[in-house]
Amino acid sequence: MTIGSIPLRFRVEIDPERCMLCGRCVENCSYGVFRKEGESIRVNSRNCVACHRCLAFCPRDAIDIAEKPTDYRSHPLWTREVREAIFNQAKTGKIILSGMGNAMPYPVIFDRLVLDACQVTNPSIDPLREPMELRTYLGKKPSQLSLKESPNGEVELKTSLSPNLQIETPIMVGHMSYGAISLNAQLSLAKAVSRVGTFMGTGEGGLHEALYPYQKHMIVQVASGRFGVDINYLERGAAIEIKIGQGAKPGIGGHLPGEKVCSDVSRTRMIPEGSDAISPAPHHDIYSIEDLKQLVRGLKEATEWKKPVFVKIAAVHNSAAIAAGIARSSADAVVIDGFRGGTGAAPRVFRDHVGIPIEAAVASVDAKLRQQRIRNEVSIIASGGIRESADVAKVIALGADAVYIGTSALVSMGCRVCGTCYRGLCAWGIATQRPDLVARLNPDEASVQVENLINGWTLELAELMGAAGINSIESLRGNRDRLRSYMLDEELMQVLDVKTVGA
Amino acid sequence: MCGIIGVIDRRRQCMDGSKIKEALSMMNERGSGEGAGYVAYGIYPEYKDYFALHVFFDNIRENKGILDEELDKWGTIVHDEQIKTYEQPNIRKVHTPWRYFFRPDRSLMPKSKTPDEDIVTHLVMKVNTAKNGTLIFSSGKNLGVFKAAGWPDEVADFYRIQDYKGYLWLAHNRYPTNTPGWWGGAHPFNLLNWSVVHNGEITSYGTNRRYIESFGYQCTMFTDTEVVAYLFDLLVRKHGLSEKMAVRALAPPFWEEIDVMPEKQRELNRAIRLAYGSALMNGPFAICVANDHSLVGFTDRIKLRPLVSGELGDRLFISSEEAAIRRLEPDVQDIRMPKAGDPVIGKVYA
Repeated sequence: MTIGSIPLRFRVEIDPERCMLCGRCVENCSYGVFRKEGESIRVNSRNCVACHRCLAFCPRDAIDIAEKPTDYRSHPLWTREVREAIFNQAKTGKIILSGMGNAMPYPVIFDRLVLDACQVTNPSIDPLREPMELRTYLGKKPSQLSLKESPNGEVELKTSLSPNLQIETPIMVGHMSYGAISLNAQLSLAKAVSRVGTFMGTGEGGLHEALYPYQKHMIVQVASGRFGVDINYLERGAAIEIKIGQGAKPGIGGHLPGEKVCSDVSRTRMIPEGSDAISPAPHHDIYSIEDLKQLVRGLKEATEWKKPVFVKIAAVHNSAAIAAGIARSSADAVVIDGFRGGTGAAPRVFRDHVGIPIEAAVASVDAKLRQQRIRNEVSIIASGGIRESADVAKVIALGADAVYIGTSALVSMGCRVCGTCYRGLCAWGIATQRPDLVARLNPDEASVQVENLINGWTLELAELMGAAGINSIESLRGNRDRLRSYMLDEELMQVLDVKTVGA
Repeated sequence: MCGIIGVIDRRRQCMDGSKIKEALSMMNERGSGEGAGYVAYGIYPEYKDYFALHVFFDNIRENKGILDEELDKWGTIVHDEQIKTYEQPNIRKVHTPWRYFFRPDRSLMPKSKTPDEDIVTHLVMKVNTAKNGTLIFSSGKNLGVFKAAGWPDEVADFYRIQDYKGYLWLAHNRYPTNTPGWWGGAHPFNLLNWSVVHNGEITSYGTNRRYIESFGYQCTMFTDTEVVAYLFDLLVRKHGLSEKMAVRALAPPFWEEIDVMPEKQRELNRAIRLAYGSALMNGPFAICVANDHSLVGFTDRIKLRPLVSGELGDRLFISSEEAAIRRLEPDVQDIRMPKAGDPVIGKVYA
């Protein structure tokens, strides 16, 4: 091997003055960084992924982790990441795997958009004193109502409504499958969304029996592998989501390695234990938009037209036209997953280079659907890189009805965004199936944290709306007049249909 | 701020504009002398079957020929003339007001159920979007808007609105923030038979505008008020809702109220909010909307702007202030302050 060792990604140091040799770091590190030798703790920094589990459980703050302790000769083009990817592929000849979301330093559009507030000419509204409505309905809306009004004042509704999902806050938890994350992680999310009055996605991993008590708050996914799909599964969900693509890896399928397919996962996914679960790139019964329409209608027939059917696509260049096609397919909502969307495992080249940001995708989809007068046919759910309540407010102002959060929900359970999900060794018990690691995540405690996060964002969203003089989320949706761009280029401003600050 | 007032006589008995001018001037505290306007219904009985277009020309020589040509393309100009004005010391006549009586050629819009209205709407949107020195600011039948930059009495005297007799009047005393001095920015705003006067600011304007524009309306006046006229036109004329139900859509009850309604009511109100969520108007406002047979007053859902109503005989009065109503009709009875979102509706008997 002519390449030899590459510089450390992280250097782990233990301060011997502080360390009391309790061994918690040894117990907690699932990557094998620490070992106890006699009266000292030895460190193998090369194994460290910076998941911070050791730090979090060290009672004496004795551990310190430094990133990139050794410099390469700096170069703007030949970055460290580029060079290391080449070393990696020179050694393996394979596709490089990665986890979490896009790791390239693209500008974040959300951070170049600012929100509005009222001053003098109109009063801001205090959410502590006045009602503030965040309730959202997801699904088809009639384009107009037909009412029969009799002279005595009775009004009869002649229009029948399609089934809609009612959420008390426009924040839902996105699809992370059992397999990609642990059952305890799913349970934590399920308990949280049930208490908050919102929904979560099952991902393409089936619905484990332990989640049945929360099924009224679950959106069951039908993806290209059709894992875990049967009539029982479809009927349990509050809604059904067809997954066409994912923001972290548009255009390709998924691969759950056989090591993660333990007996429980195997039962839930309805596949043999230890076998790789491969979701093909396309659905093999969907090669065109009319095929999608048939699947949407097929799923609706199977569930007697009682459940909304969502279609999830990755945000790509042509999202707007694709969404317009979906809106004509009997689907009730289109989920758009931006290129910052997370993943348990994706080829690095896809995660970092394919797809477009959610901000631009939502703006163009909303505009296209309005232009074609079919915006009422589908709700728009935005996902992929929603980090805080301000992002929620901004993406709704750009035209979304609601958001899915993924990574943020995991972070609320302890995830440190180390990006090593694909190895199945998650020390926090989230992205792993190893029983001893899974047991580290207590669903009762973790669910409170997820619930707190959603509640905290909901409160902030209510405050932002109140400050903008808006007491109903409908009036924020698509209200791009309440956004201004700060240092975005003119063409992007046209796509987003926002003015510059000061204008 | 801004002050608004409206009155309807349910028997279509006409009132001249002198009292409404005095009533509007009572609310000068709410204005700034940079905009005022009036609309009166029933003023053109001899031309009542034609659309009365009120137009501001920046330059008669350059602009009028173009409009004449456009109108000829879509129908017949039955009569046109300059709107008489009378010089006022504080009003600089930056536009020439003109009126046309126009009959659209309905054969040009064969697929429409309301071809006349659709042609006129199309013309108004087209002319106003082009922004080439011509603004159609009034386009209904047997009615007319009179507005300019100035105090209410100056604008009234400029047009001598005491010479016009109508059974329904709206008037507006403006304190501008968006477009001071621009005549087009003064209220009332009008489209076809819909006229609107508005006190407040619509914080949901962006949402409402994008909604209404997807139905082919174009917002051209740089202000949030015009969207109200278009929303009423859409909900009442095109979707067939009553004025009451239209107001329900624009200022609906809160979910916490809807959730405890009897089932039928709950379903109805839920359906209204689902279908017309993007039409919901947020922010502080008090609004009077009129068409040829009704006057509707309503406020935002938490009543951040004042609205008072009163009755006497066949007449219903709606205003920002009781004082203004009392100036218009000293013997007014039944003064009420409607609840947030509850419409006050007056309709002609026949």
